[in-house]
Amino acid sequence: MPDNAYEAIIGLEVHTHLMTRSKLFCGCSAGFGAGPNENVCPVCMGMPGVLPVLNRHAVELAIRTGLAAHCEIAPESIFARKSYFYPDLPKGYQISQYELPLCKGGYIELPAQSEGTEARRIRLTRIHMEEDAGKNIHESGASLVDFNRSGVPLVEIVSEPDIRSAEEAGAYLRELRSILRYIEASDGKMEEGGLRCDVNVSVRKRGASEFGVKTEIKNLNSFRFVEKAIEHEVARQIDILESGGRVAQETHLWDPVREMTRPMRSKEFANDYRYFPEPDLPPLRVTPDVVEAIKTSMPELPADQRARFVRDLGLTAYEAAVLTQDRDLAAYFETMLATGLKNHRTAANWVMTEVLRAINETARPLADAAPLAIESGELLKLVETGAISLNAAKTAFAAMCKSGKGADATVAELGLAQVSDESAIAAACDKVIAAEAAKVAEYRGGRDKLFGFFVGQVMKAMGGKGNPRVVNEILKRKLTA
Amino acid sequence: MTSELNRMTIAEARDGLARREFSALELTRACLEQIKLVDPKINAFITVCAREALEQAAAADRRLAAGDAPALCGIPLAIKDIYATRGVRTTCASKMLENFVPPFDATVIARLREAGAVFIGKANMDEFAMGSSTENSAFGVTRNPHNVERVPGGSSGGSAAAVAADECLGALGTDTGGSIRLPAAFCGVAGIKPTYSRVSRYGVIAYASSLDQVGPFAKTVRDAAILLRTLAGHDPHDSTCSARPVPDYESALTGDVRGMRIGVPKEYFVAGMEPQVETAIRDALASYERLGAKLVEISLPHTEYAIAAYYIVATAEASANLARYDGIRYGLRVDADNTGELYNRTRAAGFGAEVKRRIMLGTFVLSAGYYDAYYLKGQKVRTLIRGDFDRAFERCDVIATPVAPTTAFKIGEKMADPLQMYLSDIFTISVNLAGLPGLSIPCGFDRDGLPIGLQLIGEPFAEETILRAGDAFERTGAVKRRAAIL
Repeated sequence: MPDNAYEAIIGLEVHTHLMTRSKLFCGCSAGFGAGPNENVCPVCMGMPGVLPVLNRHAVELAIRTGLAAHCEIAPESIFARKSYFYPDLPKGYQISQYELPLCKGGYIELPAQSEGTEARRIRLTRIHMEEDAGKNIHESGASLVDFNRSGVPLVEIVSEPDIRSAEEAGAYLRELRSILRYIEASDGKMEEGGLRCDVNVSVRKRGASEFGVKTEIKNLNSFRFVEKAIEHEVARQIDILESGGRVAQETHLWDPVREMTRPMRSKEFANDYRYFPEPDLPPLRVTPDVVEAIKTSMPELPADQRARFVRDLGLTAYEAAVLTQDRDLAAYFETMLATGLKNHRTAANWVMTEVLRAINETARPLADAAPLAIESGELLKLVETGAISLNAAKTAFAAMCKSGKGADATVAELGLAQVSDESAIAAACDKVIAAEAAKVAEYRGGRDKLFGFFVGQVMKAMGGKGNPRVVNEILKRKLTA
Repeated sequence: MTSELNRMTIAEARDGLARREFSALELTRACLEQIKLVDPKINAFITVCAREALEQAAAADRRLAAGDAPALCGIPLAIKDIYATRGVRTTCASKMLENFVPPFDATVIARLREAGAVFIGKANMDEFAMGSSTENSAFGVTRNPHNVERVPGGSSGGSAAAVAADECLGALGTDTGGSIRLPAAFCGVAGIKPTYSRVSRYGVIAYASSLDQVGPFAKTVRDAAILLRTLAGHDPHDSTCSARPVPDYESALTGDVRGMRIGVPKEYFVAGMEPQVETAIRDALASYERLGAKLVEISLPHTEYAIAAYYIVATAEASANLARYDGIRYGLRVDADNTGELYNRTRAAGFGAEVKRRIMLGTFVLSAGYYDAYYLKGQKVRTLIRGDFDRAFERCDVIATPVAPTTAFKIGEKMADPLQMYLSDIFTISVNLAGLPGLSIPCGFDRDGLPIGLQLIGEPFAEETILRAGDAFERTGAVKRRAAIL
């Protein structure tokens, strides 16, 4: 396999909408889903004479993003005009940041990807603010433009070329989305254009110190497409190099239907953006106390939560990683523990199996798919006290997902409570021992394997509700007696 | 007397209206009559808003009758056609916006409305404020009321001419490189470009955002002070607009300039200046000495680089500011098979030659590989020029210069040579680059009866000082306001 002789060098540029109520430079709603051109005004339509006024909340969310990614927050950053003509760009320039972005440096820590692997850091180059453009719609021979999205605040998060595989790119995006959701900067919904990604890819011989020629892939609007496009592009570049060719520095578009990249025509990207400082906006000054105030308002971040889960709760790195992929999932887990559960890993595995299954099977958000976390906690507490078996708990959980009823009520309704009463179990054991005299003799003669058979018989006699621990104990005593 | 109402100053009309000697309706009618009479000769207006003006005047009369007359109640003003006026077409003197009707008011328009002003019409200008003569208008040349063979200066030539021809009592202009001060000088009226950021630019169609500034024309310095008070002040829609409180400029007009140090930059008295202009300026300076001011020679050594720096910075900003005129959302559209061709045809048909020249120049100076050599260097020169003024103001309170090296030139005289045209702004451009306030007042006439302008430059936010100095000179009566010969 020649592939193993190469390594991929990947950098990502992620654009994500900030969750503000209004747009970046005017008071229009930044909401998604309004009718065409309902959320517009002279400013975001680029009428003659209008001026931008910066949305303070957007700046705060961008700073939160920067702090969450361990960036340095620039005390002074500037906005710049990026000029190009496109029908969805009302002013003929986009207000962005160029030379002096709001956030510099920083990193995203990728959690362990499977049991036994380690966390990895992907360094960031910068995070800057900019406004979104409108949307072109081609319909029945006409081109229409919807400016609802024009002026919606974005941050662009630019990574260093630290990513080495398609899977790692996927992990980076998932972690980034998780962070953005934890800090409530973005909902990260790709399908609404809330998170978009451009990818820079090159390959080089393993051990080489120089980077190869890179291509840029644009138009990636799902995590799956990002991974597929990288796989395709890496293979394409290796093929070229292996056959003695040279990779051309060009921009490719991902074609999701044919699942391949194709080079853009030079006209589609040969822009000289003619950046210069935006004269309509003074430099953006952020004082240390503003940064400090935002810092103190930051929630616990996924990486910190992971570390705490491992350190304080004894979870494995992988378990912690799965739970913190989504803030709601982690919160669910912690609420379960708050009912007083002692076995943290059982609770973690419960979330990772039962709860995630419920989400996947219903394809609905956590809040709709699963019972309240506190009820899941109560259910597992019944397991811990021996009131029900783990299997009975799973049965109860499935019912609770549908009914929305509480743990106690469900267990009672389904008659799942297990019997721990020693006299009842002893009676059942006696009955089995009396009925299976021959096998008892064999057992006593040394056929230890038969113990399981007796347990089965006792459980059967008890309708499956005998507490397995107590059954084992009493049965062993009686058989050896 | 009512036939002469339009000749009044704002201060006079304000008093007359307050005393109910005449009505706002009569005043507005007098201006509309004058427009009917003289505008065919000078073409100061692109759009005359007779119906709206009469409605506003009637509303003003009701407020006057009710005894709640605001500062400019019933005062007819001409508005440069660069200001967005809700419901009234706003062309910026371009074919591109020939039928553009803004759905909103510029901030200063809203302020003037609130102050009870009457908008008599939208004044002619150089297309997108690019020019020094008001010859670059898609709606015809404006002629100088003092001599219709001459230009009124530009770019706010329509506003200056309208005031000089008594078609209104005052006017709004904008000044990016001298576009208020030059036409004020050429037409013999007062005009002030305030400190950059003193007045909101929201709704003012942008030419060069870091240089554009709003300002008034008036028949007297006092009137300019009255107008400025309403115009100036913080605007939440303009992030570059200052939050400093606005003083009562009128109360600064004490007539007292004793002890005031007037700086005279040696670089502004050079070969090529018309001797009659220099004489008039020297005479004005002598008047100031007699009033008790002191003359100080100062130096502004980087003056010679100002025009070059201006045409880099201004055109760079313009190239982006004018990118929005693409035929997609409003304004002219020339259809084509594809978007690129639609842009080309629309912009080729919509913009005039000077606008195209400046867009190309600005696009060039921002291009990859040229940015550092041009735009960045232009900004550095700007810093040096600002430094020149900072040092000069350590030694003086006001700087006095000619507004232009010549009086109004002939129509067509400089159209073939853009560089000669650009040199008309040689004494005004530095003030924009440094963001300072500059006042232009009449200080004499040449042998042909053409007005000569004196420029008074102040420190940032020292509008009161230059207005006081201008008013003090006006009070000497050395220069009688001369009615335009029409």
